[in-house]
Amino acid sequence: MAASVLLVLAHPALHRSRANKALLAAAAAAPGVTVHDLYEAYPDYMIDAGAEQDLLSRYDAYVFQHPLYWYSPPALLKEWFDVVLTHGFAYGDHGRALEGKPWLTAVTAGGQDDSYRGGGHNRFTLQELLRPVEATAHLCRCAWQEPFTVTGARLLSEGGLAEAGGRYRALLEALHRAPAHAPNLPA
Amino acid sequence: MDHASPLLQTFVYLAAALLTVPLAKRLGLGSVPGYVIAGALIGPSALGLLGEPEEVMHVAEFGVVIMLFLIGLEMRPELLWRMRASILGLGGAQLALTGAALAGIGLVAGLDWRAALACGVILAISSTAIAMQSLRERGLAASEPGRAAFAVLLFQDVAVIPLLALLPLLAVAAPAQAEHGALGHLPAWAQALATVGAVALVVAAGRLLTRPLFRMIAETDLREMFTAAALAIVVGVAVLMQTVGLSPALGAFVAGVVLADSEFRHELESDIEPFRGLLLGLFFITVGASVDFALLAREPVLVAGAVAGLLAVKTAIMVGLGRAFGLKPPDAILAGLAVSQGGEFAFVLLGMAAGLGVTDRASADLLIAVVALSMAATPLMFLLGRRFAGAAAAPPESREEEIETDRPHALIAGFGRFGQIVGRLLTVSGFRTSVLEHSAAQIDLLRSFGNRVNYGDASRVELMRAAGAGEAQILVIAVDDQAKAIEIAERAREHFPHLRILARAYDRRHAFELLRLDVDVIERETFEGGVRMGVEALKQLGFRAHQAERAGRLFRRHDLRLFREMAEFFGDDATFRAETRIRSALVNEVMRRDIAVPSAPGADTAWDTESLDAETRASAPAPTAAPARAPEA
Repeated sequence: MAASVLLVLAHPALHRSRANKALLAAAAAAPGVTVHDLYEAYPDYMIDAGAEQDLLSRYDAYVFQHPLYWYSPPALLKEWFDVVLTHGFAYGDHGRALEGKPWLTAVTAGGQDDSYRGGGHNRFTLQELLRPVEATAHLCRCAWQEPFTVTGARLLSEGGLAEAGGRYRALLEALHRAPAHAPNLPA
Repeated sequence: MDHASPLLQTFVYLAAALLTVPLAKRLGLGSVPGYVIAGALIGPSALGLLGEPEEVMHVAEFGVVIMLFLIGLEMRPELLWRMRASILGLGGAQLALTGAALAGIGLVAGLDWRAALACGVILAISSTAIAMQSLRERGLAASEPGRAAFAVLLFQDVAVIPLLALLPLLAVAAPAQAEHGALGHLPAWAQALATVGAVALVVAAGRLLTRPLFRMIAETDLREMFTAAALAIVVGVAVLMQTVGLSPALGAFVAGVVLADSEFRHELESDIEPFRGLLLGLFFITVGASVDFALLAREPVLVAGAVAGLLAVKTAIMVGLGRAFGLKPPDAILAGLAVSQGGEFAFVLLGMAAGLGVTDRASADLLIAVVALSMAATPLMFLLGRRFAGAAAAPPESREEEIETDRPHALIAGFGRFGQIVGRLLTVSGFRTSVLEHSAAQIDLLRSFGNRVNYGDASRVELMRAAGAGEAQILVIAVDDQAKAIEIAERAREHFPHLRILARAYDRRHAFELLRLDVDVIERETFEGGVRMGVEALKQLGFRAHQAERAGRLFRRHDLRLFREMAEFFGDDATFRAETRIRSALVNEVMRRDIAVPSAPGADTAWDTESLDAETRASAPAPTAAPARAPEA
């Protein structure tokens, strides 16, 4: 059976982001992908942890799509990690709800590609900057995927956007085609 | 049937219209040809059921007057000022070029130059009634071609005044006294003064007297008084204009423009609208009745040729001018078709020209028949034009148009303490609102703060329509009268199914009733304020701000959930009460756990580290890396 993919989207100003809109359009066209728009669901930051955990349990693979603000996920996604990925559900001896499921982080960044390297303007590569997220995925026993990144997002041409959308869609389709891991219900 | 009683005649008119108009509408012709056919059927040439068509014509012309009053009401002075270039340029060019072309044809046909000139200019004038009604029925009145056609029609209405004065100069014989109103005996300068004075009077009275008058009427709370006042204004202006020799329709237009800024505008519009429809219908019937079928039978080729020629020349010139003034080809064709017919003034002016000896009686009769037939042909021309111009001629939905017509995004019913907050938030976010408020005193207060608010009872469908319910996306019902809110929601659902409805509810019971009407968003008026106050109280009692805020939001979520659940039991009082008791106890228990004892199972466990601490202690030294988290306390 093909894997069901949950795309958790976190963008506080989606109406202003060409890149994230283009990626979202590509994702919406991919089969087996369900988009969960956090800023639309919880404009008051009052995340319903129980409902979110139920949602996570129903899917086989996770995609977290967001811009990078101050080298971190947007505040609501950070809040979501804090509130939803709780001990006993996502980690800990009995917290195995996400075990073995692929975790793909897809980020857009304003800086140009060559600024994300040692000695560059941003000092670190995107992979390095995403280490805290990678560690989170690891603690939740998820299968960390090489992050999908779009750099220079604000200045990307229409052609560049289409190219990024195509790459993204191919990744999502691969996630969907992969055999579903046996679902892990919360202990 | 010359001496038929007025009631019987009225019946004949109404019955004829009832027979033919729905038929014409079904055939896709619009209402105008239906009326015209009805008129032709009952007119003197066919069944002869009418008394004196000319007398009826006088009554019916009042329909044109009311129509121009209504057009004026939709035409704010700024909008008129913005259109000045097209009124003077396009309108002037249309009249001059069309008049010259038609006069040229007249010369070729062997008319005397004076007769050719007079007939050319007279025939260049189009029918405001036919053109605007045809455009309106196709939803094109506020579109680009509609605006262009209207500019031309407005210029023509103004041009009729000098034409009336100049026509006698073209007379070969010594002119008889021109019909120039009751002031015909005065010297020219006094007439001019009276004319300017009359217009100034209309403007001044409209600005200064109408507001207190309408306020007074609003306080009586009798709708028919508004209708009476609206009719009195239109009739009064028409009489005044006739006295000084101006076109009553033009006067009514000026009065309309003066009142276009008034908060009572929508109320006036919806009260007077039915009169416009029926009287215009009557006008179209008289057009049909004035067609001389005997003449048609005698000279079918000549009449048909003249009608076709008139339509072709007028359409072609307007299309060319439309293009020159920047209209897209399909729009230019529409504008051309709209003004292709002869106008109602032609009946008056041709009669007058014949009377003055400018033309002979036979030519005048022929041209009157040609004008009437050209009017009847307009809807057919539109059908033809649609095929010709293709899909591009469909009502355009361009963005510029939207800006120009000030279409509201949101309609707000009730602009008291509640509605004002909603309105302010929408306005500062860049949306246009249209507001209906039933209290005259409230409107005065709002005016003093510079708000634009319309007077009227928002539960009336016509008034909702006049305020823009057809174009708006959402309706906010913010009235404090519970029954009225229900009534508004019902009517809006029925008549404007595209509107998303947001309603203010008085309490839970009222909210359930609104929910049943499929209202999209319901806000209990004291709920948010109450929750807010609860949060503040928690802070005073020692909760940290974030903790209090979360408690308030949790409370809101649970309460809304309970509200949705309880909706299905609403209506059965016993079950409802029982369910309310059980479920609210349950919800209270859940909330107590969530808020006061965060570690209880299923509770809001965010930032709670108790289970993690236990696990860490059990397996110390901890092999798993615990995420660094600050405990809440």
